[in-house]
Order: sequence, then structure tokens, then C-alpha cells
Amino acid sequence: MLEIKNLHARVADEGTEILRGVDLTVNDGEIAAIMGPNGSGKSTLSYILAGREDYEVTEGDILYNGESILEMEPDERAASGLFLAFQYPLEIPGVATMTFLKTALNAQRKARDEDELTTPEFMRRVKAAAGDLKINPEMLKRPLNVGFSGGEKKRAEILQMALLEPKLCVMDETDSGLDIDALKIVADGVNALRSPERSFLVITHYQRLLDYIVPDTVHVLSNGRIVKTGDKDLALQLEREGYSQIIEEAA
Amino acid sequence: MSVTELRPRTPAETRLIQLAEAQGENENARRPAIEALRREGLPTRKVEAWHYTDLRQLMGKRLGSDDAVEALRESGETLLEPLLQGSAVVDLDAPEAAHLPNGVTGSASAGEADWKTTPNRLDRSIDTVRAMNAAFGAASATIDVAAGTHLDHALELRPATGLKSHAFTTVTIGEKAEATIVERLDGGTTGAPSTGVNMLHVGAGANVLWIVDQEKGLDSSHLGQLSVRLEADSVFRLFVLNAGGGFVRYEVHTDVVGEGADVQIRGVNLLHAGQHVDVTTTLNHTVAHTTATETFRNVVTGGHGVFQGIIKVARGAQKTDAKMACNSLLLSDEGDFSAKPELEIFADDVQCGHGATAGEIDADHLFYLMSRGIPGDQARALLIKAFVAEVVEELEVEAIEDALETRIEAWLEANIR
Repeated sequence: MLEIKNLHARVADEGTEILRGVDLTVNDGEIAAIMGPNGSGKSTLSYILAGREDYEVTEGDILYNGESILEMEPDERAASGLFLAFQYPLEIPGVATMTFLKTALNAQRKARDEDELTTPEFMRRVKAAAGDLKINPEMLKRPLNVGFSGGEKKRAEILQMALLEPKLCVMDETDSGLDIDALKIVADGVNALRSPERSFLVITHYQRLLDYIVPDTVHVLSNGRIVKTGDKDLALQLEREGYSQIIEEAA
Repeated sequence: MSVTELRPRTPAETRLIQLAEAQGENENARRPAIEALRREGLPTRKVEAWHYTDLRQLMGKRLGSDDAVEALRESGETLLEPLLQGSAVVDLDAPEAAHLPNGVTGSASAGEADWKTTPNRLDRSIDTVRAMNAAFGAASATIDVAAGTHLDHALELRPATGLKSHAFTTVTIGEKAEATIVERLDGGTTGAPSTGVNMLHVGAGANVLWIVDQEKGLDSSHLGQLSVRLEADSVFRLFVLNAGGGFVRYEVHTDVVGEGADVQIRGVNLLHAGQHVDVTTTLNHTVAHTTATETFRNVVTGGHGVFQGIIKVARGAQKTDAKMACNSLLLSDEGDFSAKPELEIFADDVQCGHGATAGEIDADHLFYLMSRGIPGDQARALLIKAFVAEVVEELEVEAIEDALETRIEAWLEANIR
């Protein structure tokens, strides 16, 4: 599904190198967790995967189903099945949530040469997905994410993910700002999407999320590189011992 | 004896007088206004009210050629659908002929246009817009909405086109009446100016929504003014859409004279290359306990936009709550927007504020939309539309929002890639 090869990247404006040779493979159907301390490059990695312009890849490559995506625009990446659940979903006043969802869904379908969804079919899907995530339909009448609480925003991200049915879901600290009930709802939403054809890259600080979304592999990102890889027990070890111990051992 | 220093006349000023004199009708009534213009000329940029809009230069561009008068005569009538379905259309040169709903009367008034007062306190000793309106022999129309009348449909006011596109309109909304009025400024493909001066009186407890839909041709010049007097507990809502015109100046001057009155001004200015669009407003609070909000959103792909807004609070006007904002989306280096919001407050217990912003499309917003599969151009269009939709939606009348959004979308489709 995803192969990241010796990826080096820096902030385009400043030249500060943030990723210093990331190597990572995520197989079809795999849930890979990336853990790491603040400033290790986790969010940068997620933005680069989604195609944000503020970063410049200086070396290495990102292969998605065997093909490099570095030259693709964010919308092209999305249409090909990549989805980033934002750590801080943006509030966009003036853009109605439903208009946004429909525009995004139909834009992706169009890019894949599929027919646009009819309005009733679209409504049916939104209603079903919102119900699963315990999202109040009134919320969807508001402008995109405007006035949503932190937890509501995260749920809205998962709603978008469920509707867009991506193949590779990158989740950037989806657990931050969630109380335990909201965390369970979000995790249930993610688990419902698990399938042999769909992979997840779950970025988190804390092991807690991984109790609910159980990963196949756990990777420790430190100072712009993957320094250790293991199974879900690695997350528990990190929780017990802290990052510094493991990062030191790896070095 | 006073000594008046006469500046040399510019070609624009000379032409303007010629044009006014060529109007032909009712010259004696117009003579004093023509003489005032001859004496004072057009304002220079030293006159504060005209600092960002150099009328002499802008008019000069348009009035330089001898074709102006002929072109005026040739311009024809256009048949328009009303902006809002079901509206009663009032042709301002023949208001008595309009089919008006019960409770509304329209008549042509004999008196000359009132150009002796200067509602724009930053202007010169003569009010430039009104003096031009009078000099061109504006057709005077009077429209009265009787007290207690609730109109189901809007009144759409249309100035005459061509030579006679000069209107002086007095609208009186009786106590507790409710009305929606559309000022339709359309057509006009000649460089000679059209003018429209409106005097609106909003009676106690009345509720008025006034919509200016300005979509004139790119060769046209328009000078407009709306002076509003609000009595106690009345509500005056204004929406200005500028989506056309080569050179446009629209002034709004409100005098809030009754306690409990509320002013809500919203506007969208859409500009592209070759245009100069100026909206100048005065919110004048003279009594206690009145409120006002004013928000303009500007989309600039070229040309020059101007917003001047002043909130004036008199000594006795305690508890005034007034806010003003002007936000511009600059989509090209070719265009610019000058915003000058001001406060002038003589009361000590008020809440007043203003702000002006100018920026590009938010890159984070754009990335967020694109990351969901929406192509860049479509995402940009969505964000531009959202930027202006926010103020349109504040109208909270669906039919009117739809009508305005249709006009705005047409502009965006034609002008954003």
C-alpha cells in the first residue's frame, strides 16, 4: 500500500530539515502506529503524505501502490484513496457542511470516472454514517466545523473518512482533545472501516488510543527517523518506560 | 466681499457642465445647481470625502470625448426581470404609472431636487453627488408606504436609462410599516454619469430592507446616495451589491434620531480590472440606545475599491453600540482596496469598534478542501463564495439570499477563472 523510502523533507520557507531519512512500509489492511515525542516530525510526515505545499521533499520517495505521489496535488492524492484526518480540523465559515461533503464526494467520484451521487443517495449515506458516529444532524447544518467542539470536530473527520471510503487513512493525533467516551466512538468508527483493502497510519503520542484501535505494527519516530519498529507491545513499553529510554537504546 | 479663487477648469469639469446644460428641460430650476458646479468644480483629493476617489481624474477619463452626448441619446431601454419575484416595479421617471400594492402611493413631485443640504459631512460646502443630481435635472419621485402596511412583495425602483438617468427619490415608510425596496441600477454603457439620490424616512417601529443591486455596464459612471432618517424603534437594513460599473460611488448616510433604532448594513463589492468602486458611509447616532452593525466584503481581481466608513456618536448618544468591518479578499496584484474606517465619539458610555482586513485565500483552508479531493480551482471558488455568502446569509430571508447569490455566482463564474 505505502512505501516511504529514505524520505528527507524540510520546511519550504526556512529550510529546517524535519524528516531525515524515514523508511516505512504499510501493507494492505495493516494498521501501523507511529509514536514519538513532540517535534519528532509526526505531523510533518502526515502533511507531506497529504501533499501540503509548505514542505519540500529533498530526498527519497513516497510510493503509494507502487507509484510515487510526490508530484501529485492534494486533491489527486485524495481521489486516489488517501485521506488525512487532521489533528486540528479547520473551521471554514460560509461553507455549509453538507455542500462540502457532497462537493468532495462528487469531485472524487468524478476524478475516478464514477457517476455523481444522487441527492437522496448522498443524504442516505450521510445519515447512516452520522448515526454510527452519534453526530447530531443539526451539527451538519452548520458551516464546516464552525462552532464544533474539539470532540465534534474529530468525529466529523471520521464522518468524512467514512463517506469518502479511502484506502489509506492517515490519522494525525485523532485522540488529542477527546474524552474517553468520544475516544471510544471514534475508535469504533475506525474499526468499522477496517478491511483487508484498507490501511491505516495512526499517529499518536499516547498508547491509550491503541487500546481501542489495535495496531499491527508500532514505529517510533524520533528526530525525523524511524528508530524502532515492533508490534503492539512496543507501545506498552513506551508507555512504561517513556520515549527517552527507547530512543537512547536505538541510538 | 468675498474673494473666490477660481481653479482652472479641467476638461472633465467643462464637459460635465456642457452635459448638464444639454439636458434641455427645466433649465431654470437646474440653473443654480449648474452654477454651483461651475463655481466649485469637481472635488479634488484634498476634500476628505473624495480622497480615494479622484472625481476629476475619473470623470476626465470618461467625459473627454465629444461622443458623450450623442452616446447618451442612443442608449436604449432594457427589459429586466425584477431581482425579486413578484416585485412591484416603479419607474422613477413615471412613478404614478406603477401598479402599486395597497397602502403604497407613488407620485412625481414637482419640486426640484434638494441639493442644499450636505449629508456627507466630509464633503465641501456643496454636496457633490446631490449638486450633480440637481444639475442634471433629476426626476423627483415620491413613494409613501402608509403606516402599518406590511408589504408581501418588494418594490423595485428603476431609474430611467440614457439621458434621463438621474433620479431624486423620496421614500417614506410610515409607522410600524414593513417594506423591502430594491434599487436596481443596471444598464448604462456610456461614459456620461448617471446619478441617483434617495431620501428614506423610516417611521417609528417601521422595518425596512433596502437592497442596492448595482450591475451597470463597464463604461458607465454612477454617483448614488442614500440618506436615511430612523425614528424610534425602527429597523433599517441595507444590502449593497456592487457587481458592475466602470466608476461607481455609492454613499450611505444614516441619521439615527429615535431611541431603540437599529441599522444593519451589509455589502459585497466585486471588482475586476478597469473598475473603480467606492462605498462611503456615515452612521450618525444622535440619541441614546441605538445600535448599528456594518460589514462589507470585497472580492478584488483587479481595479480599485474604496470603503470609507465613519461612525459618529453625539454627546448625548449614550449606550450606542456600533460595529463596522471591511474585509477584502485580494486575488490579484493588479487590484487594490483602500479602506478607511473611522470613529468619532463624543459620548462616554458606548461600545463602538471597527476593523479592516485584507488578505488572500487562506492557504490552510485551501489545503483542507483539496485534501478531501476538491480540485484547486473548485476549492478556491468555494472559498471565495463562502467569503461573501457569510454576509448574504445574514439577511435571513431565503428568497432574497437566493436572488443575490445567483447574481454573485454569475459574477464569480465570469470573473474567477
